[in-house]
Amino acid sequence: MKANPKSERRKKLSQSTVFGLFTATSILVVGILLSILSYIFYNGIPALSWTFLTDIPRDNMTKGGIYPAIVGTLCLVLGSMIFAFPIGVASAIFLNEYLQENFFKRFLRLMTDNLAGVPSIVFGLFGMALFVNQLGFGDSIIAGSFTLGLLVLPVIIRTTEESLKAVDDTYRIASLALGASKLQTIRKVTLPIAFPNIITGLILSIGRVSGETAAILFTVAAYFLPKLPNSMYDQVMALPYHLYVVSTSGTDIEGGRAVANGTALVLILIVLFSNLLAGFIRKQYTRKNRSK
Amino acid sequence: MAVKKRKLNKFIEKIVEGLLGLSGAITTITVLLIVIFLFREGGRIFDASPVEDGYILVASTNNPVRKLTAEQVKNIFDKKIKLWSELGIKVSSDSIKTKRLNDYDEAELGKDYILFGNKINKWLADNPGGFSAFPAVLSPPQLNGNLVKVPNLNIRTFLGGKEWLPTATPVAQMGILPLILGTLWVSFGAILIAIPLALATSLFMSEIASPRVRNLMKPVIELLAGIPSVVYGFYGLTVIVPGIQAVFNLNEGLTGLAGSIILGIMALPTIITISEDALRTVPRSLKEASLALGATHWQTIRKVILPYSSSGITAGIVLGVGRAIGETMAVLMVTGNSAVIPYTFLKPLRTIPATIAAELGESSYGGLHFRALFALGCILFIITFSINLGFQFIARKRKVN
Repeated sequence: MKANPKSERRKKLSQSTVFGLFTATSILVVGILLSILSYIFYNGIPALSWTFLTDIPRDNMTKGGIYPAIVGTLCLVLGSMIFAFPIGVASAIFLNEYLQENFFKRFLRLMTDNLAGVPSIVFGLFGMALFVNQLGFGDSIIAGSFTLGLLVLPVIIRTTEESLKAVDDTYRIASLALGASKLQTIRKVTLPIAFPNIITGLILSIGRVSGETAAILFTVAAYFLPKLPNSMYDQVMALPYHLYVVSTSGTDIEGGRAVANGTALVLILIVLFSNLLAGFIRKQYTRKNRSK
Repeated sequence: MAVKKRKLNKFIEKIVEGLLGLSGAITTITVLLIVIFLFREGGRIFDASPVEDGYILVASTNNPVRKLTAEQVKNIFDKKIKLWSELGIKVSSDSIKTKRLNDYDEAELGKDYILFGNKINKWLADNPGGFSAFPAVLSPPQLNGNLVKVPNLNIRTFLGGKEWLPTATPVAQMGILPLILGTLWVSFGAILIAIPLALATSLFMSEIASPRVRNLMKPVIELLAGIPSVVYGFYGLTVIVPGIQAVFNLNEGLTGLAGSIILGIMALPTIITISEDALRTVPRSLKEASLALGATHWQTIRKVILPYSSSGITAGIVLGVGRAIGETMAVLMVTGNSAVIPYTFLKPLRTIPATIAAELGESSYGGLHFRALFALGCILFIITFSINLGFQFIARKRKVN
């Protein structure tokens, strides 16, 4: 049977139409990201200055800078990582190196995945009930850090597990064959090889923590507090909450627009920087591995 | 000596391994703690009456009414119910008259409202159809009336109640139907926007794009996922909201539509990543067999690739819905937050997470409002947790197949 040239042509035409549509849509999606980024950059750069980064907010948060919020976010990043990074890595080591594929392991993994899907506002409620009230920390860096730490645990566990999985089993077997114990093998062989990838996960979770708002609303974030914290039991301002306050509930929203633009840019820069750094490390690492 | 050291080492190793095991359970413990703390506080919502703390509701002596629902009380004070017979109650004077503390001048009531008790007593005696709400401490020793009780919330009035006025006086209205519908409404809109965009993009990345283009797009999608939700909210507030206001010629651009657009963009990375993974797991042999039979690439996509990966794509959409339902800050900033049952995308509405974020700071610790917000948290947790379980279920089934 000979193919009907007309229907052939129609088929070709419909294919190129649809593919053109797909391509256009993809360009649109990339365009959305670019438009958000360029909007933030275009409006944020004029607001950015050395004073903006090092001064306290002034005149109902319409002038001055965002220094306390930057320090606050740094405190929260540091606090949550000190808590979550070791536990997350330990958890992943246990899951990947010790547990056999069985019901128990599947259950633990299911819980990790489900924790990742719990909305951050629920973490905020939980952090308020447990850390702020039950344990009596009050609105404080420590309460916020614990809450944020639990929030990013699944990210850290997942990336660490992936990095451990990527380590070739021959390394482990060789080490064990030399008489090293399981723990020694992990410490001296597995972890060093997986380390760059684990760091990638750490950097990505730093990006996540510094942008998180809903979880810190009721655990640490201060509306306006123009001084630096003295201890981990103090409240702090934080960049994402500051952006929310200045753009929606400040006393002078129009006047605070420049501050909001600048704050949004700083947040985006943190995220961009951590994503780029993580990508860079990942690339370096895979190249090194390939050359071996 | 060496033996001793080895023993010590072994001992330390056992401890470290124990700690590792403990860390392994951390997420499970966290989920458990979340359930305990959320439900402990939220579950107590049914323990207390929605009448304002310290207030009593009083009807005149000859009025047989002893019990009214929260909604009825509100309608009486709002003059929406004007006759006792509308409530099926027989009173000598059928029309309802109401009197509250702020209906009097402060000067009339004297220091510390000391004269209020006598005044309200006289008023109740004069008006057989009278109904009043005032603080119990101001009540006269011999009250010319009967106390009216408002029953506690129950599951039906909480989930099905049409009004969310948690700080209303004298009786709080705690129906969360508008919030549930608002959440579903916004998420539904978001998914409608996200699905075509995400599907087309993932098909482009897996089927059409060259590896180089694909490698360029991956980080773009990752970045889209990494932008903080408050920045999305800010962008929505300053770009999309005024845009909607201009395009549809509205007084107010803060609408459900703004929320759906922002949430749709935010759901893109989740759906694209998972769908693309699913599309790329289609065995090469299937694809090549279809092409060898003379099918075009598009026909192959439609008849072979999409059906094969449909469950994976569904899983991606399900997870995207879960993310959209739980999203807080962006929605809080662009939807206008009025707690009414939505019927159009061009009006403000309010979601469950936005309600928690906006009101928890103002509710008094341990009060009914506070508990109601925790109960909302429980509902949100249940919804998102079930969605996640559903996602795992679909994804697992795929793997087994």
